[in-house]
Amino acid sequence: MLFDGLFLTGSIMKNIIFISITAASLAIGHVQARDSYDHIRFGVDVPYEPMEYRTPDGELTGFDIDLGNALCEQMEVTCEWVEQQWDGIIPGLLARNYDAIMSSMTINEERRAQVLFSDSYLTVPSAWFGPVDTALEEVNESNLKGLILGVQRGTLQDNYATDLYGDIATVRRYASVDDMLLDMEADRVDIVFVNYPVGKTTLLDSERSEYRVIGDMINEPYKYFGDGLAIALRPRDEALAERFNEAIAAVKEDGTYDRIHERYFGEE
Amino acid sequence: MCGYKNVTTSALGGNEMLDISAWFNDLLAGNLIFTPTTLGYYWEGLVTTTQLVFLSLIAGLVLAVPLAIMRSSKHKWISLPIYFYTYVFRGTPLLIQLYIIYYGVVFIDGIQETFLWPLLREAFYPALLAFTLNTAAYTTEIFRGAIKTTSKGEIEAARAYGMSDSLMMRRIILPSAFRRALPAYGNEVIFMLHASAIASVVTLMDLTGAARFVYARFYAPFEAFLFVAAIYLCLTFAILYFFRFLEKKLLAHLRPQTN
Repeated sequence: MLFDGLFLTGSIMKNIIFISITAASLAIGHVQARDSYDHIRFGVDVPYEPMEYRTPDGELTGFDIDLGNALCEQMEVTCEWVEQQWDGIIPGLLARNYDAIMSSMTINEERRAQVLFSDSYLTVPSAWFGPVDTALEEVNESNLKGLILGVQRGTLQDNYATDLYGDIATVRRYASVDDMLLDMEADRVDIVFVNYPVGKTTLLDSERSEYRVIGDMINEPYKYFGDGLAIALRPRDEALAERFNEAIAAVKEDGTYDRIHERYFGEE
Repeated sequence: MCGYKNVTTSALGGNEMLDISAWFNDLLAGNLIFTPTTLGYYWEGLVTTTQLVFLSLIAGLVLAVPLAIMRSSKHKWISLPIYFYTYVFRGTPLLIQLYIIYYGVVFIDGIQETFLWPLLREAFYPALLAFTLNTAAYTTEIFRGAIKTTSKGEIEAARAYGMSDSLMMRRIILPSAFRRALPAYGNEVIFMLHASAIASVVTLMDLTGAARFVYARFYAPFEAFLFVAAIYLCLTFAILYFFRFLEKKLLAHLRPQTN
């Protein structure tokens, strides 16, 4: 009995070793193929209209999506979009769940310590939005006392609102922009701070309730608003960043960029 | 003590002591958790979690006692509605109940104009309501089980004394049922503490909410969640020991006699 048991264990061990070696060699082959990047997986937080969202029939679309696909075409690679909630989007990149983040991410110092950024492909300001009948005319320390401010957790807008107004007003942090808008419609949040194109599409153009911009467009201080939106990559992928930069320059050159820009932001 | 300390210092040598303190400083240098700001968020989270869990358990307990008595009733028209309530709340995830109560109420027309709105507007009270209803359902079933298993002898003895139903419930059945329910109820309290981690989905800055904030702000998932796990562990230990103390006191008559 004992001998039988040992024998069995031995053969299982052999099998396990064989399987591990096979799996390991397969894994190595896989990683090598990926490092040359003929297939790029983008991480993206949806919805963030008009930057990235789904059409009524479920198709992924938006400025980032179209531009990303155009860049892939330019670089002659195939690409794929992986949905990831915003507050885990950088850890997901570092954990190799995808190879690049193209999700309206603003370049700033805190993020630069974790990821490698391509050249900026767009600059967008942020703005405060509130119901059309709100009494607020501008947002400053003196008139925010006791109000409830809505932001998406882990965004530059979150950092900005927390640092500047966290002591005098209540900052409510949402996992997604959708949840935040639902709460503003329900009158649970007084005003929200989001990037302007998103606020324009989801709030100003909304048919359900009426909203307006409060105060001016905000794109400083530099500490929060940095250098505009860029594609984020793992720090070791310098060659890939170089390829992205060339592709961004090329689509700006040949007019593709302008066409996509016009499609989502209109003519300005 | 002092002399001993000096001896160790000289035995280790000044250099090595320096190394250790330098190593310790290095360890804390790049850290994001033990800074006043971050600890402030965790503290705020600890207060919210404690309030939420404590208040919902008290309210749940108060609700559960009459509900458990009704649930044990011989009359179907009393026990069935209670059964339906516990079945619904034990049969659906707490997260779904929280979503329905938090996001669902705003679809009731005119809710913003009622006197309830100042409470429902906050994230705290809908969460408290969901947690209370949930824990009340579980506690009702725990108590009902304990009431049902009251030994026949005790009931017959009470009857022989000519006790009325309500007096018997008060003096005989409930005191012994509470004692028997204690270990199971201790578990429910710990489950409730852990279940409260979902409060952050409705923007509450509870312990998990604080950890998610630190995680999203500093991109430090490992540190942020490890630290909050340690806090939950400490809280669980406190609850565990509290219930062990209670059991020791209240269930003393059930322990085997040593002499």
